[in-house]
Amino acid sequence: MTKAPFRLALAPLAIAAALITTPAHAGGVKAGTLIENTASATYDGGAGPVTIPSNTITVKVDELLDVTVTSRDSGPVSAAPGSAVLTFELTNTGNGPEAYTLTANPAVAGNDFDTTVNGIAVDTNGNGVYDPGVDQMLTGPATTAAIAADASLTVFVLVTIPGGVADGDQSDVSLLAEAVTGTGAPGTAFAGQGAGGGNAIVGSTGANATATGSLSVGITDVDLIKSATVRDPFGGTGIVPGATITYAIRAEVRGSGSVSDLVVTDAAPADTTYVAGSLKLDGATLTDAADADAGRFGTSGISVDLGTVSGGSSRTVTFQVTID
Amino acid sequence: MRIFLIFFISLLATAAGTAPLSAQDQAISLSGSVMHEMVSVDASGKEVTELVEPNTIVPGDRLIFGTDYNNGSDEAVDNFVVTNPLPPAVRLAPDADTTLIVSVDGGKSFGTLSQLSVMAEDGGSRPADQADVTHVRWTLPSVAPGESGRLEYPAIIR
Repeated sequence: MTKAPFRLALAPLAIAAALITTPAHAGGVKAGTLIENTASATYDGGAGPVTIPSNTITVKVDELLDVTVTSRDSGPVSAAPGSAVLTFELTNTGNGPEAYTLTANPAVAGNDFDTTVNGIAVDTNGNGVYDPGVDQMLTGPATTAAIAADASLTVFVLVTIPGGVADGDQSDVSLLAEAVTGTGAPGTAFAGQGAGGGNAIVGSTGANATATGSLSVGITDVDLIKSATVRDPFGGTGIVPGATITYAIRAEVRGSGSVSDLVVTDAAPADTTYVAGSLKLDGATLTDAADADAGRFGTSGISVDLGTVSGGSSRTVTFQVTID
Repeated sequence: MRIFLIFFISLLATAAGTAPLSAQDQAISLSGSVMHEMVSVDASGKEVTELVEPNTIVPGDRLIFGTDYNNGSDEAVDNFVVTNPLPPAVRLAPDADTTLIVSVDGGKSFGTLSQLSVMAEDGGSRPADQADVTHVRWTLPSVAPGESGRLEYPAIIR
């Protein structure tokens, strides 16, 4: 073998690298792609070099049927009796456009209760959140439109949680996606049914995939416990004019969920006067004005906006009045 | 030598017209083919490699591209160089012969893969790998009258 010329010319190499660095696709080259191979030969003819081509061999890439499904919920979806939405992402990891049939199964082994599946919707507007009336419901059997190779689709499984469930109960819902062309053991072929005119062949996923979404029932209660301590002007605890009453209102949130927009309000009792500047939340003073902090004092009494409070925690509001 | 002269004239003639070159016009002929190399496991659990017609092929499959040459003339053919651009949809197989002469720059320069480098993502240079190969080339100093042979390379569908 003759020594081939070799040069380390950076500029042409750079151009070549830019041309051949194609992004890696999970599904590889697209179904229907033609692979054409032609060699050519040169040799010394009597009157100079002669170049001859070979015939061109052409083969067509067939469709690989593959799919993955993942839950897009960051953890168990907090739910209460009524409706809930589980979010999944389906990715066509094959190499041709393919539609998938979706089946949601609410009766997963180990469930504390089973939900009722109301339907499966596609994230039509692509915002990742189920929008009733906007996101298209798939009708039974729920089948997606063809999804391009390497493309993903967000789908929502809409369920109803029955009454009678207890706080902390868990329920899983699984979502199965199956390639419409067919599923089976890897290597199973469907002659002539591939995208691009070739065959379709089942890939390593079996052309079907399942993911599970979880629901966790969070039933949350709030208890308010009010207490009072009295200090009279003489250092005792007598309820006499001029005595100061300190009220403490403890908000206890119980359960595994959380409550939002929790606002504690109270009014100064008759024949008492609110002590200006005495409002506190967990020991920290709040101004009486309606301003950036959580508390204010107005004509109807004190009001403290606790916002969202998670189960298992408590907040304490205190204020003082003097007896007229 | 005479046969080459005749051939050269016929080459000019075909260049003027649009008829493709046919094997009969040439001292040497090339014939391309492709097979699908499948690995399966037989009943006893042994891996079996077989070459089949590429009827169903998908990304990741292994193809063997071959070029058969045959010197049908009564003269030796000298400096016989066969160049095969890789189809864009395939990459050279990782286990290809390391002495194979390849190009990673569209056929401008050639060498064994270990001699070549390409521009890395960071703008520097990195050793070329099989996926960078754009052409393969074989050079035979001489092909004797009547001699035939086969040149092939393995590729993986991207």
